[in-house]
Amino acid sequence: MIEMEVVYSRPESFTPTTTHYCPGCTHGTAHRLVAEVLDEMGIREKAIGVAPVGCSVFAYDYFNHDFVEAAHGRAPAMATGIKRVRPNNTVYTYQGDGDLASIGMAEIVHAAIRGENITVIFINNAIYGMTGGQMAPTTLPGMRTTSSPGGRDVETMGYPVRMSEMLSTIDGTSYAVRRSLHNPANVRKSKKAIRRAFEVQERGMGFAMVELLSSCPTNLKFTPQQALDFVGDQMVSYYPLGDYKVAPEVKALKV
Amino acid sequence: MALKGTIEVNHKYCKGCSLCVEACPQNVIALDMEHLTPKGYHPAMLIDEGCTGCAICAVVCPDAAITVYRESRKKKTK
Amino acid sequence: MTKELMKGNDAFAEAAVRAGVEGFFGYPITPASEFLEYMAKRMPELGRAFLQAESEIGAIHMVYGAACAGVRSLTATSGPGLSLMSEALSYIAGTEVPAVVVNVMRGGPGLGNIAPSQSDYNQMVKGGGHGDYFPIVLAPATVQEAIDHITLAFDLADKYRSLVFIAVDGNLGQMMEPAELPPMRVLPEEPPSWSVYGAKDREPNILTSIYIDPPDEEVTNIRLLRRWMEVEKNEIRYKEYELEDAEIAVISFGVAGRICSSALRTAREEGVKVGMIRPITLAPFPTEAIRELSKRVRRILVVEMNTGQMLNDVKQAVGGRVPIEFYGRIGGITPLPDEILEEIHRVNQNTEDIADGQEKVEWLERLEARIERGDQ
Ligand SMILES: Cc1ncc(C[n+]2csc(CCOP(=O)(O)OP(=O)(O)O)c2C)c(N)n1
Ligand code: SF4
Ligand code: SF4
Ligand code: SF4
Repeated sequence: MIEMEVVYSRPESFTPTTTHYCPGCTHGTAHRLVAEVLDEMGIREKAIGVAPVGCSVFAYDYFNHDFVEAAHGRAPAMATGIKRVRPNNTVYTYQGDGDLASIGMAEIVHAAIRGENITVIFINNAIYGMTGGQMAPTTLPGMRTTSSPGGRDVETMGYPVRMSEMLSTIDGTSYAVRRSLHNPANVRKSKKAIRRAFEVQERGMGFAMVELLSSCPTNLKFTPQQALDFVGDQMVSYYPLGDYKVAPEVKALKV
Repeated sequence: MALKGTIEVNHKYCKGCSLCVEACPQNVIALDMEHLTPKGYHPAMLIDEGCTGCAICAVVCPDAAITVYRESRKKKTK
Repeated sequence: MTKELMKGNDAFAEAAVRAGVEGFFGYPITPASEFLEYMAKRMPELGRAFLQAESEIGAIHMVYGAACAGVRSLTATSGPGLSLMSEALSYIAGTEVPAVVVNVMRGGPGLGNIAPSQSDYNQMVKGGGHGDYFPIVLAPATVQEAIDHITLAFDLADKYRSLVFIAVDGNLGQMMEPAELPPMRVLPEEPPSWSVYGAKDREPNILTSIYIDPPDEEVTNIRLLRRWMEVEKNEIRYKEYELEDAEIAVISFGVAGRICSSALRTAREEGVKVGMIRPITLAPFPTEAIRELSKRVRRILVVEMNTGQMLNDVKQAVGGRVPIEFYGRIGGITPLPDEILEEIHRVNQNTEDIADGQEKVEWLERLEARIERGDQ
């Protein structure tokens, strides 16, 4: 007998709310993957999200679980406070690159140093989205932004920072990987990494971060597909995808 | 025989970004230029036979707007 | 319970433990470090969260997180640390979660020094962070009072979902005094209904300080202000000393107030009809009590360990009814009782009017002369 079965439907960890993201923005994709993982692991009811300041500032409107909204860059500290007093909850931050790699550099590095048992979803879109396309710490060399109108000159504006590599040097980091959202195969790999990053927390294995190369079609002045192509062509070559730190016990995890 | 599938696009969420259109290996999705969603976008829609229910469109959709169905043969119970 | 001889900072920290603090997050800074050190030992014994953060920014955002999770949480710091915390203090206020900050004040501005001071009055009372918000500020003058204020601070913080400061200085932190600690509070079994602890069988709780639509933000500001008006109605605290027949009044808070009270006793013995109001809540400020007082006395002396920060609030309350004089020691110097006594006598004999602002000019002349003479 032939029946129609549902192979994919909107995750339950989502609220029935239309996001405010621009069409084709992969913030939405990243959200969806987190929601799918929370569903699959059955941990929605104990999840506490920490939203950043950035385009995903309203992330809490889209997830059907408890959420707090941090100050710009401070999500890892806030998540630390929550996790330390509510160790049985699943606590994760969701942060952009300005948030995590610029203003919040101290907070993320020290959360990693402490091996804080939280999960970090890090959206690297090489730009400040919310404030209108200024240069981010991750903006590629030569890339034009509203605050690097002549292109990022690394001599005066510094070099793009590779967070996964950097955090991988820290003993407290259990899991630091970079994935990309630019095509279906990579979206699937991203989801697996997110799943693993949450499993790390569930098993008390410490600090886990997934860096996701992401697109900002609006500020890059691209169509959604061109923006994904930019991620796949330009960003991936500066930010190689891969596993930068997978602690042995994390490697042994069957996910 | 290849299994048949179909998709449903929820107009509340779809923003007409075309990423599913580009990603569909069967080239059976297009934007519906005749209609607008409540938010004012041309929504994605299935335009042809040949959907396999592979769910690739759903994997790339940033707005979780797509539900994917596929035929299933009742599994034999051992 | 019996009184024990206890060192200020240790006593305050133990009081916080007994008040049910479940999260302490701090960063070393003199003269508040002993608080941190005490907690480092004590909190883990009880299975409660203690963490030395990477900075005061980290520490206060951890407090913010723990507060959102619905537990009593606390940090202790000093001026430079409090400056770094301003961001989170504004967020805590805007999110309407309860939190307590102990500020062991030291000399400033800048790195300043580690000696006792009261120069963070404005920083705490007037907010310090961005936006319209109204922290409660308690200013104990004895070790016992500070211990009592820790419990009070948490009760007020919970009741009004408010930010509460406890303003002490290094004098109090280092003082050995007999004091009685409160009994150990039984920790609540259920988290507060508004907090984040997992949305099981209920709608998600969202704690945020963003109200992107101005009308929503306006309503939020109105709510904050109305709540503050409740605080002003219910929670003003101050202590009166010998005011019945007083002709002149001293107004002073914290340790300065304590020194004034001993100078006042001597002055009384010497026949001066002097009394005092010591504000215990710097915010809400005992404006009405001071206004009433100004109708009964002929002169007021404000004493602070700063350049006259509370003075402005006193002036506002008095509204020019009687002359106000000022005396302060600054930069980490604590005035001596004799110094205050001299001021009380001087003020008692002075019958001249003082133009607004002139009190500071005259004070500076006296202070500089004193420094010139080489008196402490
Ligand atoms: C203390 C502070 N400084 C600056 C800002 C302004 N601001 C808001 S979002 C943002 C950058 C966000 O960029 P990113 O973290 O890359 O996230 P995206 O918007 O690209 O997702 C800035 C600078 C702020 N809200 N707070
Ligand atoms: S501005 Fe960029 S990052 Fe922000 S929602 Fe739009 S596309 Fe996404
Ligand atoms: S990917 Fe999703 S949002 Fe974009 S057009 Fe297709 S269905 Fe609509
Ligand atoms: S399920 Fe596969 S074949 Fe069907 S529309 Fe989606 S991408 Fe195309």
